[in-house]
Amino acid sequence: MTPEELRQRLDPIVGREGAPQHAPDPVNEPMIRHWCEAVGDLNPAYLDDDFAAASLHGGRVAPPAMLQAWGMPGLRPRGEIRSGPMGEVLALLDAAGYTSVVATNCRQEYARYLRPGDRLNVTAQVRSVSDEKKTALGVGRFVDQLMIYRDIGGEEVARMEFRILKFRPPARATAEAGTGRPRPRPARSRDNAFFWEGVDERRLLIQRCDGCGRLRHPPGPMCPDCHGFDWEAQEASGRGRVYSFVVAHHPPIPPFDYPNLIALVELEEGTRIVSNLIGVSPDDVAIDMPVEVVFTQVDPDLVLPLFRPIPGR
Amino acid sequence: MSNPRTLQAGEVAPGDELPVLDVPVTATSIVAGAIASRDYQDVHHDRDLAVARGSKDVFMNILTTNGYVGRYVTDWAGPEAVVRSIDIRLGAPNYPGDSMRMSGQVAEVESGVVTVSVRGANSLGDHVSGTVVLELPGEAA
Repeated sequence: MTPEELRQRLDPIVGREGAPQHAPDPVNEPMIRHWCEAVGDLNPAYLDDDFAAASLHGGRVAPPAMLQAWGMPGLRPRGEIRSGPMGEVLALLDAAGYTSVVATNCRQEYARYLRPGDRLNVTAQVRSVSDEKKTALGVGRFVDQLMIYRDIGGEEVARMEFRILKFRPPARATAEAGTGRPRPRPARSRDNAFFWEGVDERRLLIQRCDGCGRLRHPPGPMCPDCHGFDWEAQEASGRGRVYSFVVAHHPPIPPFDYPNLIALVELEEGTRIVSNLIGVSPDDVAIDMPVEVVFTQVDPDLVLPLFRPIPGR
Repeated sequence: MSNPRTLQAGEVAPGDELPVLDVPVTATSIVAGAIASRDYQDVHHDRDLAVARGSKDVFMNILTTNGYVGRYVTDWAGPEAVVRSIDIRLGAPNYPGDSMRMSGQVAEVESGVVTVSVRGANSLGDHVSGTVVLELPGEAA
């Protein structure tokens, strides 16, 4: 994608206000207490009923700096997070190679203190996406977002201007993590281009035969069952189980880490895919272990769909 | 420590220094802040993935930094200071094993509205710099 094409695709998104998103929880005392514990805030206006009742607030209030926490999506499936104008902008920037993100500025203005029981909704709009800039972290683009927080009566309680930098991690970052040699590039062909383009957008796509509905991977031109040539790409959930695995010890081939954990993952849709497992040692891998895809920036210009155990399973 | 008494507007003047606060930065404090702020971005809790994304370790999220800035100013001003805005800019990341020294100075006092400039510096440089605007009770001097 050229910078002009990227700009053309960004333009209609910039300035559009997203639909209001309801905060998952009302403002509540347990989350306030957890927050205060995390940042060591002992302010009795947040924590002490008696003090707060006698204070100018007339009852307990939430720490103003906690504002953004109320609207966070938490551990939801990826698809829901990537919705709205901000999600569209992030997906475009990911696809253009700006795959890392860091928050750089945050300005919050509070019209009033939030109280337990307040139910908020948040509307967000992307106000601008900068041209490419050179920064200490790498080349990237700044994205300015405005979020307006309203209570159930529609009154604005706070607003936040939030700036992030979406950037391309410099080559040195991955050289430090491995041997400095890049991974072999996938051979992109007309048959598998859809798969790698999906990976670039952090989507795991598999082929489904139009004729008989059979899923197949790796991609190929013809259905091995009904010999049909027509197919569609279906997005996989990214979850599956370890169907089989092998641990390669010798000979070590740069740039891979050894022991090299290679798994055949059976996706929950039914087809299988070969990949590496990360976040687990060879001793702890087991057949049938639930795993999920994690799109990993292995080189500055290469994202691969690796798998890791699903936390808590 | 939280100050149970709230400063009166007349007690504050431009140039006043806030007491320094040293915040130890650990993997635990980073993860605690990330989860308390409902931020499940992997770079704030998963070291392997943080490294794979080009960072040297997990690092503190901006929401937690905001929390420390808010706490730092109300620790000084007292529990009935009313925070009107927090405006911060992030620089060097807060990595585990580091320490963030928070300092601040009163920049402006205008009819009970106090602007405080705040800085949090770690071994790499300024992690955060910004301003907090708050209202103090009482008559302005």
